[in-house]
Amino acid sequence: MYVAVKGGERAIDNAHAWLAEARRGDTSVADLSLAQVREQLSLAVNRVMAEGALYDPDLAALAIKQARGDLIEAIFLIRAYKTTLPRLGYSRPVETGAMRVMRRVSATFKDVPGGQILGPTFDYTHRLLDFTLAAEGAAPEAAQAEAAAEDLPHVLGYLDREGVIQPEADGGAAPGDLTRAPLELPADRALRLQALARGDEGFLLGLAYSSQRGYGRNHPFVGELRIGAVAVELDIPELGFAVEIGELELTECETVNQFTGSRTQPAQFTRGYGLVFGQSERKAIAMALVDRALRWKELGEEDTGAPVQDEEFVLAHADNIQATGFLEHIKLPHYVDFQSELELVRRLRREAAGASDREAAE
Amino acid sequence: MEGLGEKTETRQGWMGLLARAPADALARLWEEAGLGMPRHDWLRPPETGAVMVRGRAGATGDAFNLGEMTVTRCAVRLADGRDGHAYVQGRDKAHARRAALADALMQGAEAAVVRDKVLAPLAEAEAERRAARARRAAATKVEFFTMARGED
Repeated sequence: MYVAVKGGERAIDNAHAWLAEARRGDTSVADLSLAQVREQLSLAVNRVMAEGALYDPDLAALAIKQARGDLIEAIFLIRAYKTTLPRLGYSRPVETGAMRVMRRVSATFKDVPGGQILGPTFDYTHRLLDFTLAAEGAAPEAAQAEAAAEDLPHVLGYLDREGVIQPEADGGAAPGDLTRAPLELPADRALRLQALARGDEGFLLGLAYSSQRGYGRNHPFVGELRIGAVAVELDIPELGFAVEIGELELTECETVNQFTGSRTQPAQFTRGYGLVFGQSERKAIAMALVDRALRWKELGEEDTGAPVQDEEFVLAHADNIQATGFLEHIKLPHYVDFQSELELVRRLRREAAGASDREAAE
Repeated sequence: MEGLGEKTETRQGWMGLLARAPADALARLWEEAGLGMPRHDWLRPPETGAVMVRGRAGATGDAFNLGEMTVTRCAVRLADGRDGHAYVQGRDKAHARRAALADALMQGAEAAVVRDKVLAPLAEAEAERRAARARRAAATKVEFFTMARGED
């Protein structure tokens, strides 16, 4: 029950003024510039872009600064801002096969054409705190080597040509758009992928991990993980042709999964797919595992009742802005609801006490 | 783009280059080229919006909506009637205006100046940025060698 009440304006204004002061912190410490956030906390910026579902590094940096580093609050700011933007169109699907990669690894084939390119990765670091970063110092320079001008074909293409993996062809259908129509279940794979791409990294990580531990197991290999820049092309109706409108950094993960075959299909590998804004490989891998787990129905697999196989459970709870909106609203005034519950409890206790008094008297 | 003709492909090339260029680099080169601010009317004043970026399931399959990106567009008409269009990544209206003016100027007498003083340096800087990244990536390519083969 909602009842409008007034009051608290002064307290709210002063709370927000204190918030602004607290955001700035100790004024003897230099103010943080947006360029510093964008350049030096770039993976936080990437997460805010991915889950805010809006690619704009400067805006994400501003949101992170305004939110004092609370990334979900920053994502909330981006989602709110996004609603003010007119939609100028839908791009052509990006060609990740033409990605200019800075990282590309395969866990399934050692000698993949183009090679294993590690890129700027945390992998193989010792996870020891580096105290030299606590002191200001010159940036070390990355090594360089002559780059071969070769294409980097998708690793799964080799399995595809051999026919041992489920093919992935474009059916040509226009995909549904969660930002234009509310999610309806059952959702097709396009809608699921959109929801997962903007879903909470922690939630997807937990679900993907649960599937690895046996709750809806589907035994994934990372066929390929690639991070790099892709061009975005938009058809311009007033010109009658498409132009590149910019370039995005994306992380793509393709998994290869066991599939022993069904009544209608011979044994072959199947796929899970993850595609995320920015350098976000934990999220991309998790997305691919959850995508694959949710495909159990179309692949004729058993429903083991695992949470990761439950489309409604996954899709209805993956969005951290919906989740935090509902979760956090319960701290806001519920005085009237609670008063009625308190009245009810008191009345039940009075009635129970009255009944036991009567029993004692009898 | 297939079958659009050489002229359109060339125009797509410079429109894409202008869209991808850093706004400050474009502004500096524009200034240095002495292009000033040619008189123009707005066919469409600068407008910032969002384009929904699409991907494909499994990289080659059905399209899906990945998320949006900010884009600023505008269209200009020069005094002599030439039109210029721009769709550029981000929210910088001055960037979009310069890109649209460059598009218009490229269709007339000023094309050589714009090409030599603005587009060529932008293309060169972009190629160098890409090459520098590719060289760093190449340095992290794994060279495998077999240490010993188990025989059990």
